[in-house]
Amino acid sequence: MAVKAESIAKRYFRKTGGANYFYAVQPVSLEIAAGEIAVLTGRSGSGKTTLLHMLSGLLKPTEGKVRIDETDLYSLDDRALSRLRSERIGVVPQGRSAIDTLTVLENILLPAKLYGRPLPVEGARQWMERLGIAPLGDARPAELSGGELRRMAIVRALAQSPDLLFADEPTGDLDDENTRLVLSAFQAYAHEQKKAVFVVTHENDALQYADTVYQMDGGRILDR
Amino acid sequence: MNMKKFSLSLKNLVRKPGRTLTLAFLTAFLALAVFGGSVVVLSLRSGLDSLEARLGADIILVPSEAQSKVSFQNMFLQGTTGAFYMDASVPEKALEVEGVEKAAPQTFLASLKADCCSIKIQVIGIDPEKDFTVQPWIARSLKRELGDMDVAVGCKVEAGIGEIIRIYEQRCKVVARLEATGTGLDTAVYCNMNTMNALLSAAEAKGVSHKIESGDSVVSAVYVKVRDGYDIDAVSSRLNGRLRKVTAVRTRSMITGVSDSLAGVSRTVTVLIAAVWALAFVILLLAFVLIIRERAREFAVLRLVGASRGMLSRTVLLESALCGLLGGGIGVGLAAALLFPFSQLIESALKLPYLMPDAGRVLLLAAGTVMLSVAVAALSSVVAAYRLSRVDPGTALREGN
Repeated sequence: MAVKAESIAKRYFRKTGGANYFYAVQPVSLEIAAGEIAVLTGRSGSGKTTLLHMLSGLLKPTEGKVRIDETDLYSLDDRALSRLRSERIGVVPQGRSAIDTLTVLENILLPAKLYGRPLPVEGARQWMERLGIAPLGDARPAELSGGELRRMAIVRALAQSPDLLFADEPTGDLDDENTRLVLSAFQAYAHEQKKAVFVVTHENDALQYADTVYQMDGGRILDR
Repeated sequence: MNMKKFSLSLKNLVRKPGRTLTLAFLTAFLALAVFGGSVVVLSLRSGLDSLEARLGADIILVPSEAQSKVSFQNMFLQGTTGAFYMDASVPEKALEVEGVEKAAPQTFLASLKADCCSIKIQVIGIDPEKDFTVQPWIARSLKRELGDMDVAVGCKVEAGIGEIIRIYEQRCKVVARLEATGTGLDTAVYCNMNTMNALLSAAEAKGVSHKIESGDSVVSAVYVKVRDGYDIDAVSSRLNGRLRKVTAVRTRSMITGVSDSLAGVSRTVTVLIAAVWALAFVILLLAFVLIIRERAREFAVLRLVGASRGMLSRTVLLESALCGLLGGGIGVGLAAALLFPFSQLIESALKLPYLMPDAGRVLLLAAGTVMLSVAVAALSSVVAAYRLSRVDPGTALREGN
């Protein structure tokens, strides 16, 4: 399965300044194929997160279309799009993304639990083992460090075996060793399981794991 | 709503006890006011209905001096003791008046708080053959007529069946305990006219006089039932004109005073309930908006992992409904703990007939109150749920962070 952006852009209204709106993302087209890992880099405020949200079905573009295979993502109603996100798209967002009232394992199994699907307990345990958080299944998020929380979010995204994986600064809270662990896991996931992976990062180290590199500035994709 | 989402909501409530209890207590405040207020108003209404049933007559004839001597209204409502007498021929004379269908005498005697009497109570003598007000009530507890020196006691008289109570040194056997009426009648003791005559003689011996000029045979009040088709006021006027030293009082005029007081209390309670309702609703509305804002990140995460807008709205509504259920239960429980053990105090403070509704009605009211609490809590979270459902998950994630 591949994700394809066709001239997608995001425009916001602005009350001050000359124009009454500005582009967070200028019209951009790109495609990430199954089995490919693409990395997007760029300065803060360049529109990377907005682009990732549009590609992953979290934010409707003001222009253009996002297709997953032949499905126009934003032509789906909220219910269908939400279900598709739950079943086929994994997202690792920036910042904390744990629900404090659930344990680590409950957080990881939440996407499947929401829709009453069989819980991918075995897959979750394997990923937890691989990323070094296996003993933390029964812990509450408040008991975890920033790096552990980040790895929990990564396991949550991977445990559902999504066709498309989107990760926004996934190594932001991690030390070098864990950064390598995570990036190599992403690479293996793309190459071995033939999934499409899209990573937004500041880390130059990430580039060596990428099949395709995009750079963004001022809401535009600069080069490839 | 499937069990998976239900358990997520339940976990949210259980694992955030401070937040859950705050919302629950806000709802409990509402439930306390609604349930408590409704029980009080229903008890007053039941008391009034009971009083009407027990008075059961259209007109009561009393000696003209009775109104100044003792407030006979208080005798019925609050159980104050007192006595007044008139000639025993009044019932026969009343029956001769056009429009009078039945005339049943009653004779009153107040016992003393002294060695001669077990307790200070109002004793009421009735003629079981003629009586149409008290006798049906007694018949529900005693399947035969009251025998000589037998007494039936109101539910607030501290004497059990088979017990002997002394009234002016006369030994009377308790043969029945009567159902509660919520009125002063609950504090009285009932006997037949033979027993009453014996008690009057014994009282006379103790220096408590009941003599009147015209003779020894006396009655205190005559309960009159007017024939169908006759105007009660007209019959009352005829009785006043025909019978000397006797006043005919319409029972409705006695009830009207009580009814007016009841309407006043009902209005006050209703206004209080409405005010509490409005206040609790506004507070809950604000609380939910604030709580949802505080939980923006949590809801953004739910959207991230695939929760639809509908799921989030239903989660919020379910959680608030569960808070309402908990709060409703707490409120009803608190109200019950305050009202039921202290019903006597409430009754004496209100000075109105007060009869608790039966258990079935109370349970129904409790269930209704809890359902109302659930509905109010859910309704007050609708605004928050709607606002939540309008935000893109991407925007929610940014705002949540």
